[in-house]
Amino acid sequence: MTEILKVEGLVKKYGRTEALKGISLTLPAGKIVGLLGPNGSGKTTLIKIINGLLTPTAGKIYIAGQKPGAKTKGMVAYLPDAIYLNSWMTVKQIVNYFCDFYEDFRPELAYQMLEKLNISPNHKLKTLSKGNKEKVCLILTMSRNALLYVLDEPIAGVDPAARDYVISTIINNYNPEATVLISTHLISDIEQALDEVVFIQDGEITLHKTVEEIREENGKSVDGLFREMFRW
Amino acid sequence: MQRNLDKTKPLCPQICEHICLDVALGELKPNERIKSVREAAVAVGVNPNTMQRSYEILEQEGILYSVRGTGWFVSENTEKAKQSLEKLKEEKTRMFFEEMLNLGMSAEELREFIKEYKYD
Repeated sequence: MTEILKVEGLVKKYGRTEALKGISLTLPAGKIVGLLGPNGSGKTTLIKIINGLLTPTAGKIYIAGQKPGAKTKGMVAYLPDAIYLNSWMTVKQIVNYFCDFYEDFRPELAYQMLEKLNISPNHKLKTLSKGNKEKVCLILTMSRNALLYVLDEPIAGVDPAARDYVISTIINNYNPEATVLISTHLISDIEQALDEVVFIQDGEITLHKTVEEIREENGKSVDGLFREMFRW
Repeated sequence: MQRNLDKTKPLCPQICEHICLDVALGELKPNERIKSVREAAVAVGVNPNTMQRSYEILEQEGILYSVRGTGWFVSENTEKAKQSLEKLKEEKTRMFFEEMLNLGMSAEELREFIKEYKYD
């Protein structure tokens, strides 16, 4: 099986604070993986290192065998936890912008998904509601033909009906060659769509299992197990 | 979107059971083409790999068959699905009786209840 992501002994220090304490993790192709952990556990730090936005203090990281850099940015589609697009642009302008920026961008797919949501390409981003802006961001990310999709809190800001849309978009774009890594703390909403989960706590990976294993071995939902493990 | 799946139990057997019942009750007809793995995964809101595995299990049991490059179909012979339905009916009935007995209903009261129940 192809390894999409390989992390070995990854350490990240911010001054004296150790955000990641030497984590190791391998993700194969064709999986939807949940990166679950309480606030401040190191989820976003790991995601930023995967995207080459932060450099690790120590340890190794490979995306499809390559170190993060210009080349891997073409393979990783990243949805940040905050909206980063220019609000004065129209949806159409942003789609064109993405076409210029990413070789693997599929505009026809983006327009198809926008139409399904009744979002007109002629609208300026700033006229859209927060939820719709987030959906546009997700659509743009999923319209790339990437090897690794990294979604940081894709469902935090949207209503329950829109969450279903987000989840079905992720499922619908499933590709056996690619892997999707989703960071979230809204576990019960998304767990049905996952293959595997990685629990991260205080900069360490405390569990990495398939969700069916969790259900079988513990007789619990992933959400139930999470609440038990991270009780305080 | 979510078809009453119990997330505290493995999803595969539950999905298999749902499809099996649809076949046994004639909601899905023999040789009918069913949803693709992706469509079904989106409809139920589960992981495509989970749906794929469920279809493969049902194929091994002879309830579904696949045609390479075309899709998934309901088997001509629905006997196996019907057997599963019978088993489920028996299980559920047994569970009902046990529950009622646990609630202190006597055998006599149960018989009375079954006789008086409006079956329409």
